[in-house]
Amino acid sequence: MKFFAPFKLAGRALRRNKMRSLLTMLGVIIGVGSVIASVSITTGATKQVEDKVASLGQNIVTVFSGNFSSGGMRGGWGSAPTLTVEDSRAIKNEVANVVAVSPEVRDRAQILANGLNWNTQILGESPDYPQIRDWDIASGGMFTEGDVRGLSKVAIIGKTVVDQLFINDDPIGQTLIVRNIPFKVVGVLESKGFNLFGQDQDDVVVIPYTSHMRRITSRNFVNSIMVQAASKDTINQVQADINTLLLDRHKSAEPDFTVRSQLELMQMATSTSRIMSVLLGAIASVSLIVGGIGIMNIMLVSVTERTREIGIRMAVGARGRDILIQFLIEAVTLSAFGGILGIALGMGAAKITSHFTGWPTLTPFAWIGIACISSAAIGIVSGFYPAWKASRLDPIEALRYE
Amino acid sequence: MPTNAVIKLADIHKIYRTGEVDVHAVRGVSLDIQPGEFVAIMGSSGSGKSTLMNMIGCLDRPTNGNYFLDGLDVSTLDRDARAKIRNDKIGFVFQGFNLLSRTTALENVEMPMLYNHQRVPAHEQKERAQKSLELVGLAQRADHKPNQLSGGQQQRVAIARALVNQPSLLLADEPTGNLDSQTSIEIMGVFQKLNDAGITIIMVTHELDVARYTKRMIILRDGKIVTDENVADRLNAEHELKNLKLAQEAVKLA
Ligand SMILES: Nc1ncnc2c1ncn2[C@@H]1O[C@H](COP(=O)(O)OP(=O)(O)O)[C@@H](O)[C@H]1O
Ligand SMILES: [Mg+2]
Repeated sequence: MKFFAPFKLAGRALRRNKMRSLLTMLGVIIGVGSVIASVSITTGATKQVEDKVASLGQNIVTVFSGNFSSGGMRGGWGSAPTLTVEDSRAIKNEVANVVAVSPEVRDRAQILANGLNWNTQILGESPDYPQIRDWDIASGGMFTEGDVRGLSKVAIIGKTVVDQLFINDDPIGQTLIVRNIPFKVVGVLESKGFNLFGQDQDDVVVIPYTSHMRRITSRNFVNSIMVQAASKDTINQVQADINTLLLDRHKSAEPDFTVRSQLELMQMATSTSRIMSVLLGAIASVSLIVGGIGIMNIMLVSVTERTREIGIRMAVGARGRDILIQFLIEAVTLSAFGGILGIALGMGAAKITSHFTGWPTLTPFAWIGIACISSAAIGIVSGFYPAWKASRLDPIEALRYE
Repeated sequence: MPTNAVIKLADIHKIYRTGEVDVHAVRGVSLDIQPGEFVAIMGSSGSGKSTLMNMIGCLDRPTNGNYFLDGLDVSTLDRDARAKIRNDKIGFVFQGFNLLSRTTALENVEMPMLYNHQRVPAHEQKERAQKSLELVGLAQRADHKPNQLSGGQQQRVAIARALVNQPSLLLADEPTGNLDSQTSIEIMGVFQKLNDAGITIIMVTHELDVARYTKRMIILRDGKIVTDENVADRLNAEHELKNLKLAQEAVKLA
């Protein structure tokens, strides 16, 4: 039998019974549709989380004071007085593949400028900070190593602070008062949006960590240390080396600090959506199997109804395998067509969900491929038994069938 | 067995083993049919005519005995090999026409070529099917579906389908069984024309009137040949149709 002939036959047979064909496909349409919709939604969510984690910066390893992996948290992340500026210096000097380090000190304060006031986060950082965070300066420039050494009263500010305090005029060169101390604005950061925890990252004032520790909070410990590794491949080595170095420096039996890499953070952040997608995938596969059973059922009915046709075809020379292929292709056409409609339906459903909930959705190409292949496979699996039955019919009996 | 017979049956038996009793439907049939013959197989219902035809048509295998088709022993071939023989060498016409409904006459006639071993290009399929329809006088009805055709026309489509692969043998099992007498004569006319053109035809019928259009008459009883003779007073379908028309007109005038 020619290559295209069975497809023509299948198309004709399915068109003949349009309503039934459509209803038969419905199982696969819904199955594939729900797979695509759920994958689109979870992929969109995962992508959003990944983007947020990526917005932390590039190849970041963060050292937090305190140990929150062992039981009994001592006051929460970054609040235990264990990390020092010397630790950060040691990391920069002694750990291989470290390109930038910034000790971080955090505080909140009411700030004043232009007769307006605003409550915001005050960060003490090193000049490496914008590089580590992959955060460009929109205007002005970053403070320098000299500013750190000299405890300079300089600040760079985020977009939200600009919007709140410097509505009409250029903030560069203006004065900002933090806890009664005037700071000169030397730079404005690009807008970075919300972080993983929904906080506005632009609502920030960044000053040299020395100025922060001496002039604002007067303390000897830093909350955390941000470290940038040379590349993605060196993150794990940097993390391990920092751990060894700090254990040695602190001489404590149990680590009083926690080192987290961006990779780990990524995994933690996306684990929920990964579990979700496995669950949704399981549910969707069940509906696909149900769709396959529907196809098998209808194909069996169809073989019985068309016994005579099978007999006629055999009488004029169709071999068992010709009949097998004909029915198999009918089943595959049904399921593949259902699969394509299902993909369209799923993407449509994802778009609608996205429209009404604001969740970002994304349909990965791979999943479109998987949906196509698995729906065709369902056609083969569920069509095989009916097609085989048809091919085994005895031509004389089939011709006599009423 | 090198003879030039199209069909050579040597002591053919068919036993149906169903349930408790075996049915011995054909009991030792030996028969030679030469190219160009037009044979009627007759006999009462249950005498084994269809069973014999199914074996001649390679739809079924004899329980015992040998069957040579064009000199080749086909009595032991498997399903696929028999399908190939049916496709190449045999054309079937059935009592119930057995056309695919909701498929045009032309497509019905094209159908056997789908299963040809040598691929026939689509345009050639169409050409051949059209020619076949012309041969049975139905060229104008090519795009009609079976339910738009009369019984006689449907049977012509079935004959066109049987001829499309240029078989050496045309088999017909009660081809006029569902037709009125005038249409039966028309169909016999088609057969006579084809036979004149050299096609070997074997036809099962239980109507003596119909058998008289053939050249040779074989009568079966209980699965055995009881009579095998040439048709003495052979009828000519064209002539009979003319007579019939004259008779009908005479009735109208009266
Ligand atoms: N598939 C079958 N199974 C059992 N018995 C059958 C089968 N086909 C035919 N027969 C029996 O074989 C005998 C011959 O039948 P058949 O060849 O159809 O006769 P005919 O065509 O002359 O009327 C009958 O007795 C019939 O009942
Ligand atoms: Mg019969």
